[in-house]
Amino acid sequence: MTAALHIQNLTRHFKDLVAVDNISFDILQGEIFGLLGPNGAGKTTTLSMLATMLAPTSGSATVNGIDIMKDPDGVRRSIGIVFQDQSLDEELTALENMDFHGRLYRIPAAVRNQRIDELLRLVELQDRKNDLVKTFSGGMRRRLEIARGLIHHPRILFLDEPTLGLYPQTRNHLWNYIATLAKDEGITIILTTHYMEEADRLCNRVAIIDKGKIIAIDTPKNLKDALGGDLVTIKSPDLPGVAAALREPWVIRTETHNDEVIISIRNADQYVSTIVTILNEHKVPITSISISKPTLEDVFLSLTGRTIREQDADSTENMRIHRKMTGH
Amino acid sequence: MEIIYAIWLRNMLRFVRSRSRIIGSVMMPLFLLLFLGFGLNNVVQMPGIAGSYLVFLIPGMVAMSVMFTAVGSGVQILWDKQFGFLKETLVAPVSRLEIMLGQTSGGATTAFLQGICILVPALLIGLNVPNLPGFFVALVFMVLIGVGFTAFGIALASRMNDMTGFQLIMNFVIFPIFGLSGALFPISSLPAWIAPLTLIDPLTYGVEGMRYGLTGVSQIDPFICIAVSGGFCIATVVIGAYLFRKIQ
Ligand SMILES: Nc1ncnc2c1ncn2[C@@H]1O[C@H](COP(=O)(O)OP(=O)(O)OP(=O)(O)O)[C@@H](O)[C@H]1O
Ligand SMILES: [Mg+2]
Repeated sequence: MTAALHIQNLTRHFKDLVAVDNISFDILQGEIFGLLGPNGAGKTTTLSMLATMLAPTSGSATVNGIDIMKDPDGVRRSIGIVFQDQSLDEELTALENMDFHGRLYRIPAAVRNQRIDELLRLVELQDRKNDLVKTFSGGMRRRLEIARGLIHHPRILFLDEPTLGLYPQTRNHLWNYIATLAKDEGITIILTTHYMEEADRLCNRVAIIDKGKIIAIDTPKNLKDALGGDLVTIKSPDLPGVAAALREPWVIRTETHNDEVIISIRNADQYVSTIVTILNEHKVPITSISISKPTLEDVFLSLTGRTIREQDADSTENMRIHRKMTGH
Repeated sequence: MEIIYAIWLRNMLRFVRSRSRIIGSVMMPLFLLLFLGFGLNNVVQMPGIAGSYLVFLIPGMVAMSVMFTAVGSGVQILWDKQFGFLKETLVAPVSRLEIMLGQTSGGATTAFLQGICILVPALLIGLNVPNLPGFFVALVFMVLIGVGFTAFGIALASRMNDMTGFQLIMNFVIFPIFGLSGALFPISSLPAWIAPLTLIDPLTYGVEGMRYGLTGVSQIDPFICIAVSGGFCIATVVIGAYLFRKIQ
């Protein structure tokens, strides 16, 4: 397979701040690739450079084999992008927003109308196509933006935080669309997110970015496997008893939560019977016991010593809304 | 051309959709025309100019409304930036010049249509039916004011980051341009020290040109009016295009 995207030593400074710090990686054709990182990590800055909206301070990149510095219009023609902040005209209808986009990309009327029709059907907005966008919900707007980004048949679609601020149900719905697009249309998708679950569920590969640097890049599975441990969750009326009984060398970490103890163990399935035996010996009652795999949150935690928290997301969102209202 | 048309079309769709806004912005100048026209008809002395004050005011009110609508349409770029829509246009494989010319043509058309909505009722109120060539002369000047001031608005918007700056510009640039233009009074009745200011005000030539078309009388030679108004258009389009190139 050829690389849909090739990034080499890409760097962007804003005055003293290094927003993107010498990143290099390739993205394969047909991949759903996730750029996962906390607020201010440099995700949007990276996408802006790849979409030729922002000049890199140094380094280079090719998108669909086209150099972002040498032929920005060529790059623009071959990509679709959904920005982090909404970019629809709310005073126009869904159809008119789509039509405007089709015209901007110089698509002849007949083809344009046909594609718009197909895409509105794909994102299930066919019935609402003549309604003003200002009457749409957040999820509908996002779906419309994704459909709009596909009118000119881009080979790569950039999605900057596609599900930020959406309800979990709507989010699931959008994930399905995105997965279908990649599978059925063969489009390479690059999305940024700070939702661990999103990266995990949707992406073939994930690059974890923090403070402008790529600190890990692999499939979600490999990233989690690299931690080496599984999580064993034990529920019991006597939690301190559980924790005390399981002070074994093969227990990597023990955490006590509200009504359960979580311990990290390598190859946990081989230890279940041992755990049960030990707890019985110590006469600690067991309500339930289960094994789970670590999440990308655990990966991020082990790499940086910090967590990517959901509060983060809410606070930027509030900031963004505030900015929109006060005009800063 | 198709890009310019696409952006023009968007402006038109927004224009026809804002019916209540249109009515609002048509009523204000018409009321002004009525109150000032009838109220001050006997107070204002117009040295060497024939006709009533009301008839004198019509070109001024139309020019005012064309100019304000045009500047507003240019500054629409700033709103588009604020609401994110500008990015959608900027990331497309189109040149900044096409975007700028599209917005200029859309804004100028909007301003022109808005002007027509005032001109026609105003002529009926004033019982002032100009001859056909004169009417067309007025239309030409409306187009020139529309193009020039939309481009002017785009130039301003390209240099500003948010709407707060726009309020200042409104108060310290746009209102003075209107006030000094002779839209409300004959420029010859101003104190001598203000006269040079009116003569560097581009709107003066638009108002005087329209006045020539609609009443047959103007204080500035109509050929000078057309030359200055046309020159202003070219200059603002060039400057606007230049400044818009750098917008982020
Ligand atoms: N135009 C700009 N001028 C100055 N600093 C900027 C600019 N754009 C981004 N930055 C800074 O660069 C850093 C990276 O920002 P970026 O928007 O790429 O982060 P992000 O990963 O997309 O974060 P978020 O999750 O909040 O969207 C931040 O510290 C931000 O403040
Ligand atoms: Mg971002």
